[in-house]
Amino acid sequence: MSDCVNQSRRSFLEKSAVVGAITIAPGILLHQVANAKPDDQPVSDTVRWGMLINTNNCEQGCTDCIDACNTEHGLVGNNRPQSDTQYIRKVTLRDKMTGHELSLPLMCQHCETAPCVDVCPTGASFQRKDGIALVDKHICIGCRYCMMACPYKARSFVHEAVNNQTLSAPRGKGTVESCTMCVHRVDKDQIPACVEACGKGKHDAMMFGDLNDPNSEISKELEKHGGKQIRADLQLNTAVRYQGL
Amino acid sequence: MINRFLRITFILTGLVLLFPVTGSAETPLPVIHEPEGDGVKCVEPEDVMRRDHMNFILHQRDETMHEGIRTSKYSFAECINCHVEPDDNGNIAAADSKDHFCNACHEYAAVTIDCFECHADRPQKFINRGGKSSALQEEMHQMLTVIEGTGGELK
Repeated sequence: MSDCVNQSRRSFLEKSAVVGAITIAPGILLHQVANAKPDDQPVSDTVRWGMLINTNNCEQGCTDCIDACNTEHGLVGNNRPQSDTQYIRKVTLRDKMTGHELSLPLMCQHCETAPCVDVCPTGASFQRKDGIALVDKHICIGCRYCMMACPYKARSFVHEAVNNQTLSAPRGKGTVESCTMCVHRVDKDQIPACVEACGKGKHDAMMFGDLNDPNSEISKELEKHGGKQIRADLQLNTAVRYQGL
Repeated sequence: MINRFLRITFILTGLVLLFPVTGSAETPLPVIHEPEGDGVKCVEPEDVMRRDHMNFILHQRDETMHEGIRTSKYSFAECINCHVEPDDNGNIAAADSKDHFCNACHEYAAVTIDCFECHADRPQKFINRGGKSSALQEEMHQMLTVIEGTGGELK
């Protein structure tokens, strides 16, 4: 597993050296629909899943994406906001000069050079070849180094015993967890629950797709209007990009 | 002579009396509920599954987690979908009950498994998903208000 991480790191460094500023990895032409992968085939690095969030369309107070996420992953709180799991947080930013406010969903940014993967002592925090950062809870010892390393505060620790998990999203006490980019849905050629809910609610603030495919909707939109990384200075090459920041 | 005869009789009587006592103290064999279904067979023969199911699941676990291979043959979720069924009253035995398919044998063999610390112990259709967590949402709104109050910074 570390091989794949190192490979991704190496290729990232090469790309950075050539391109200079961080850009989205140059794509390999895909002649098929993104991830028309048979179930018995492993994921490959020909795709890199990403999200684009248009903060102009993200309404303050709207929690459609969070609700969908909670339902999908069976996230039930214990009425303790300090410790309850959150995969997505709605964050409001206000420009002190103009007073302009914008709202955005903040979740795991699925960094290419993920600090959570770097610091994990057991290899539980890892990245799939398609760029999705995950926690292998079978290996996680709950040390929470990854939570400290994450600049986005994207990870949560499960403090209390969990019941009524969904079949596709196992989660339990003593492990760290975060947004999985709905990996169980993505592997079945579906889009993440939050993106689906945002579209269903007619907000259209979220887009999901293959960043490596220059013909994908998300790549075209990024090429046309751009998309910023939060804390771009950390050079993590995040897979979640924002417009309107 | 009589003494000897009496002694043997006592010993024999004792043995006869003891036998049913020891018999009832034996742990009863686990009762395994065969999954209902029209001729649906398990992915491997019964004797193979009894010995090696843990290896199949373990192997599949890593492939699914790290490589996204999601074939259904040795899928943990498929085991649950097929083997865990409601009883006549429509109730599903929880993973720590001896009526649960997995725990029936595991309790008998005194092998503790922690699969169900994280994994669902019943098919998806029997899981009360509960929708959104209203408590969490309420707290989210409260937090939002706090964040809005601080302004200009990511919290």
